Amino acid sequence: MSHHIVEFKNVSFCYPDGTQALKDISFRITHGESVGIIGANGAGKSTLLMHLNGYLMPTSGTVNIGDVYLTKKTQQEIRRKVGIVFQNSDDQLFMPTVYEDVAFGPLNLGLDEAAVRERVDFALNLVNGLELKNKPPHHLSCGQKSAVAIASVIAMEPDILAMDEPAANLDPRSRRLLINLLKTFEHSKIIASHDLDLIMDVCRRCIVVRDGAVAADGPVMEILTDKTLLEENHLELPLSLQR
Amino acid sequence: MTFDTQYYNIGFLDQLSYKDTFVHRLDPRVKLVVTLLFLFTVISFSKYEIFALVPFFLYPVLLMTLGEIPFMFILKKVLLVSPFAVFIGIFNPLLDSGQVFIFNGFTISAGWLSFISILIKFTLTVSTALLLIATTSFPGVCHALRRLKLPAIFVSQLLFLYRYLFVLMEETMRIVRARNMRSFGERGKDMRIYVRLAGTLFLRAVERAERIYHAMLSRGFQGDMPTLKHFQIKSGDVFFALSALALLFVFRFFPATEILGRFVQGVFL
Repeated sequence: MSHHIVEFKNVSFCYPDGTQALKDISFRITHGESVGIIGANGAGKSTLLMHLNGYLMPTSGTVNIGDVYLTKKTQQEIRRKVGIVFQNSDDQLFMPTVYEDVAFGPLNLGLDEAAVRERVDFALNLVNGLELKNKPPHHLSCGQKSAVAIASVIAMEPDILAMDEPAANLDPRSRRLLINLLKTFEHSKIIASHDLDLIMDVCRRCIVVRDGAVAADGPVMEILTDKTLLEENHLELPLSLQR
Repeated sequence: MTFDTQYYNIGFLDQLSYKDTFVHRLDPRVKLVVTLLFLFTVISFSKYEIFALVPFFLYPVLLMTLGEIPFMFILKKVLLVSPFAVFIGIFNPLLDSGQVFIFNGFTISAGWLSFISILIKFTLTVSTALLLIATTSFPGVCHALRRLKLPAIFVSQLLFLYRYLFVLMEETMRIVRARNMRSFGERGKDMRIYVRLAGTLFLRAVERAERIYHAMLSRGFQGDMPTLKHFQIKSGDVFFALSALALLFVFRFFPATEILGRFVQGVFL
């Protein structure tokens, strides 16, 4: 299946206030690849992720997701293909109970009730969250919220999974569980994070973004061992490589 | 810190609705409609009515007992909002000074009667509305409203209000704590600072709203909040609705207090 590709071609994006957030970015991610996006604060990682499902439209250049070019018309179709997990789970979980939240996406896809229930159970089970289903999100811990947020995206059965700082706010054990979980997914994965150890564990390839442009793109072990490159981008060697 | 305690209080109202009693199991639509009818019946009485209103306390008391809702909790909530009712009626005894004969030559001004009537109506309506939420849960009421054909946009607004009330309160709590930690004594607590805090809170809320909308779009939101909840009218619901209707009818159109009084008189005299 070669159609789960993500291709950015000369993408630039300028915020209404004039900030040039992306400058001529090009890359191609093929089916099943797991890619880490790293870079300093404000380098443009989040802006880049927001282009993946058409929340932001490139000022110039093209975004191609699974052979569909991103336009106003194809937004809905692209949102089905790309599931985004946001940094702050409170923003992601907006329904009164966990179950309703995970069901929100599938219901919007127009599935019938049996199919929705099946997907919700499957997704919650996958993140070990089945016993949380009747709880309201504001009574969950951060780790539980993050698990449910992932389930809510998995229930949409996206081809491509994008995450913004998935391990921020998690305690080490929840973080480890998350890493193990991510390793089992066969989706194409795009993970923006400062947690380089997580990137090293989960991803094969790594893209370094600096000032809205691609500063480096290559195999994860090559990039994460390049001390000079990392330090130029306000990063350091992953902790596990510092000894 | 009063803010913190208020916060946990609201959480408590929320947790009351997780119980599983006869009242909690009733169909939310039925409870909602009966509550509305109750409210309209209570406010339909004339402004000097007192005695005919008293029997209506049976309904909130029954809900509270069957639904295992702590009496003190409801009482505190009612007292908390009571200033509104008190200020509406407080000048009635002065403005409406016509004399009314009560019994044995004892007279008071008509204003006092209407003031007491306002207080009773207020207690009845507020406690019943609180009990509806305590036994149904706020989202339950929202979904019932949607099923009763309230437009989707209002229901979504209500659901968001409920979901993000806690988040916003936590946000406020964090801001207030941060300020208290760095303001020593009375400095940094004047009005101007409060205005700025409110501004910060507003901006944060707007940004959050944008992120939430983004998250909703990512999951295919197209204007309506879908739900999997199924409501089914069971025999218990019918029984509840019919007996509530019968009670409301009797209390509204027959002098129940007087009948009961004569009955008691007949027994003892």
